[in-house]
Amino acid sequence: MDRLRKPETLLALGVIALGLLALYETTQIPVSPMYARVGPTAVAYVASALLIGLGGALLVQSASGRWVSAPQESEAEFDLRALGWLLLGLVLNVGLIGPLGFIPASMLLFACTARAFGSRRPLRDLLIGLILAAVAYFGFAGLLDINIGAGLLEGLI
Amino acid sequence: MDTLSLLAGGFAVALQPMNLLWALVGVTLGTAIGVLPGLGPALTIALLLPITFSVPATAAFILFAGIYYGAMYGGSTTSILLNTPGESASIVTALEGHKMARKGRAAAALATAAIGSFVAGTIGTLGLTFVAPPLVDFALRFGPADYFSLMVVAFVAVSAVLGASMLRGLTSLAFGILLGLVGIDLQTGQARFTLGLPELLDGINVIVVAVGLFAVGETLYLAARPKSGGSVIRLEGRAGMTKEDWQRSWKPWLRGSLLGFPFGALPAGGAEVPTLVSYFLEKKLSKKPEEFGHGAIEGVAGPEAANNASAAGVLVPMLALGLPTSATAAIMLSAFQSYGINPGPLLLQSQPELVWGLIASLYVGNVMLLILNLPLAGVWAKILTIPAPWLYGGILVFATIGTYGISQSWIDLVLLYLIGGVGYLMRRFDFPTAPAVIGMILGPFAEQEFRRAMTISAGDITTFVTRPLSLSLLIIAVLLLVVPLLLRLRSRTDHKA
Repeated sequence: MDRLRKPETLLALGVIALGLLALYETTQIPVSPMYARVGPTAVAYVASALLIGLGGALLVQSASGRWVSAPQESEAEFDLRALGWLLLGLVLNVGLIGPLGFIPASMLLFACTARAFGSRRPLRDLLIGLILAAVAYFGFAGLLDINIGAGLLEGLI
Repeated sequence: MDTLSLLAGGFAVALQPMNLLWALVGVTLGTAIGVLPGLGPALTIALLLPITFSVPATAAFILFAGIYYGAMYGGSTTSILLNTPGESASIVTALEGHKMARKGRAAAALATAAIGSFVAGTIGTLGLTFVAPPLVDFALRFGPADYFSLMVVAFVAVSAVLGASMLRGLTSLAFGILLGLVGIDLQTGQARFTLGLPELLDGINVIVVAVGLFAVGETLYLAARPKSGGSVIRLEGRAGMTKEDWQRSWKPWLRGSLLGFPFGALPAGGAEVPTLVSYFLEKKLSKKPEEFGHGAIEGVAGPEAANNASAAGVLVPMLALGLPTSATAAIMLSAFQSYGINPGPLLLQSQPELVWGLIASLYVGNVMLLILNLPLAGVWAKILTIPAPWLYGGILVFATIGTYGISQSWIDLVLLYLIGGVGYLMRRFDFPTAPAVIGMILGPFAEQEFRRAMTISAGDITTFVTRPLSLSLLIIAVLLLVVPLLLRLRSRTDHKA
């Protein structure tokens, strides 16, 4: 049982850590004496305290074993390989969208995600990704009148 | 002016050709989004928020409202044919609806869901039409302190009352409030929680949070799980509802509508509770209770009506008070902000064309949805056959456009993925996501009212308990927190005894 409860405990500690970080950041907000009563920090302190308190309560719950995720969650196997492909796609996307532009970066993101969800035909996925990204780029961006990073490909068309 | 003439003015707006077109686009898109598992109206409206920079407010809200109503219709298709509810409120529909589909009665289940949605949507919109104006008259008397306390009630109701665990709901809310604080404090000009990054001075964009939690988080969650291929039931035959089906459906439609609307209109928005209540009510009232669990049509008709009526109900506090009680309503509220429109009780007076045009377009949209869903059920069912690899690949590509398009900053993309990671954890450990979105959007409003109230009272915090209205609201909030705890404690001691 202890092994199964461990992720919940870690998560509770994470919530407390986030609360502590928020608390530290709140103390760094300069307060002018004019606003001393209800300045920019009042609600920030409340939010930090809430996170720390709730994280503590979650910790107690997980330690006492009253917080157990649904059985299918704790028993489900974790598909690391799929998650790896997905993360690769996300990292490539962030890294390449600047230098290469939206369409090539999205094409790779699409193909990696498809792979993560079990597709075994990367070339076909790349092609579909290219078409989808192009349609999205020219359709969606035109409709919404927003500017999405233009790169080599977008400039050519 | 009385309500009816205002509504007539609203129809004059809604029936303009361009607005009819926006409504049609909205309901079509909404239905498609509702059908796709894992996509919801909150995500879709968030992705379309940039449209607020290029079209008039009325058109944008008619589009958003169409998506909102359309997704409710589409969600039932997925529950019935796939047994994987397209959105959380359709879970109950899946209970009987999927059983009916397995018996070859999918067409009848889809028909009773669509007609029930139409009946409920229309009744719910009627409710909205006549409840919102008197509520506004009442709310005009609210001072900042009362408003703050009302928001506290809404916070507690959406995070502590619904969902599996009060603690997890409140944690989600606190996380959302923290996200909402990031950026420059408008009253004092101080930067808060920006971690020294200039990109965060303007605050975290709603689009990044909604898309991160709903699209990236969901995709990560589904990718990490072992794939289980759910099979879509083919929609066969033209056989719609028989005479008996009609006889067994019409009362559940009406009961579901009457049940769903008040649940949606109360600050504790959400369709999960009324759909469940409707299910058990119909089971109790049915002449053939033995059919429940094996595909009883009442079990589809009632909950589906309750679902749609509560969706209409959620718009009551949203339009009359500026109080969002679901993730979708919260995102619509942020659209008001981007037009510089102040949501709240003055909205009906200051923007009558917008509000009444929106309400009228809900009536119009419902008729469009009935026409779209009855004969075209088969077309929507086709959407379900999109293979998962392409579906989720496409979702991430659109998530990138929505986020990168705001600022062309890769920092926003990193933020999107970080929030997606949080969304994954929330999904994995069963934390509700709606409180986070509501906390993020409503939090700054609550802070503003709090500071306003404190300024009026010259820093005297007792203003919140000396004003009768504010005090009663705070007592309600405390009761909402304490009563479930006491009930749980009591059942535990009973258990031991």
